[in-house]
Amino acid sequence: MFKWIHRFGSAPFVYRFAGALAPWIGFVCLAILLSGLYLGLIVAPEDYEQGESYRIIYVHVPAAILSMFVYVVMAVASAVFLIWRLKLADIVAQASAPIGASFTFLALATGSLWGKPMWGTWWIWDGRLTSELLLLFLYFGYMALRAAIEHPQSAAKAAAVLALVGVVNIPVIHYSVEWWSTLHQPATITKMGERNIHPSMGIPLGLMIVGFQLLYAYVLLIRMRTGILKRESRASWVAQLPEVNNTMANSKLSGTNRV
Amino acid sequence: MTPKRRQRLILVCLMLVGVGLAATIVLKAFNESISLFRSPSDVVSGIVDQNKQFRLGGMVVENSVQRRSDNLDIKFELTDHANTVAVSFNGILPDLFREGQGIVAMGKLDDAGVFVASEVLAKHDENYMPPEVAEALEKAGKMPGTSANYGIKTLVQP
Repeated sequence: MFKWIHRFGSAPFVYRFAGALAPWIGFVCLAILLSGLYLGLIVAPEDYEQGESYRIIYVHVPAAILSMFVYVVMAVASAVFLIWRLKLADIVAQASAPIGASFTFLALATGSLWGKPMWGTWWIWDGRLTSELLLLFLYFGYMALRAAIEHPQSAAKAAAVLALVGVVNIPVIHYSVEWWSTLHQPATITKMGERNIHPSMGIPLGLMIVGFQLLYAYVLLIRMRTGILKRESRASWVAQLPEVNNTMANSKLSGTNRV
Repeated sequence: MTPKRRQRLILVCLMLVGVGLAATIVLKAFNESISLFRSPSDVVSGIVDQNKQFRLGGMVVENSVQRRSDNLDIKFELTDHANTVAVSFNGILPDLFREGQGIVAMGKLDDAGVFVASEVLAKHDENYMPPEVAEALEKAGKMPGTSANYGIKTLVQP
């Protein structure tokens, strides 16, 4: 059992494992996203209060959930890296940052588009919106810090500390609608035992959330492979990879020198 | 676990506790200003500075909306089910504005104690359902409430 886990410390194994897993996840993700969109945008009934415009929930809520989920993954990976100095954990955190930032941006943009017709404003500085914007800046800060420090090991350590400090923002985002009075309404689906969304609308929403999770997993696996190749570019196992060999042979044939 | 790793684990935990504590203290200190709006109870009890602009949030009282036929003037009452404040507004209301709906208004109290709003935003609740279901629940008197924070914690019927 432990031997199996230890293989995840080996870069070539993870590289191959991620490469084999990614297409399957991508395929299932596509199927779930398409069925979720079909059920949500076409089959689901309109809302009693918001009519057709509530349908942006099928992008907004999954994006918002993932914006926080990805950050938590990043923070946990950063802690693992800081404590055990596991290179793979740092690769996971680094690969996750731009994905999380994209989800956060998507949540903010769709929320703004939803806010104008329903609330009457594009933006308001309430607890929920402000803390979510802070999350976007945390992602930007993480990426900027990594890029600003030249020495890779110091960059990784500094960024990991930043990711850990920023994790306090996650409960603030989640509970902002309960702690303070906000324009944003409280959570629909996280409350236990209470059903705040009709199943005809809730099932497509659940599908979209799972679909977004898989999309994150898919993009993460691909980005991790790229991250591993970049870091191990001088290792002999990379030079022996068929895909790398072919590219090198091609560039030799065409006379270009790729370094 | 090697002693070095254990040490780093403790360090990471201490850092999280420290940052969490600091954040809690800061947020507690700014509790008042982070809240987006004041409730009618806050206005009645006099916590709110009457000379400054502020946001007032609450439910529009049923049968309290008075419109005029010749202009956009509108008068209504806002409640948090403990106290009620009269509001006047001249302008275009969001589509979701209706009696029994939560709203947030920006404005100032006049000498008569009426809240003169310069902007009205609609707040919607966290319940989603088809119109037929809403109708059936309404008839049965089982419409779900909202857990939104309207100053005092009450389950407000939307």
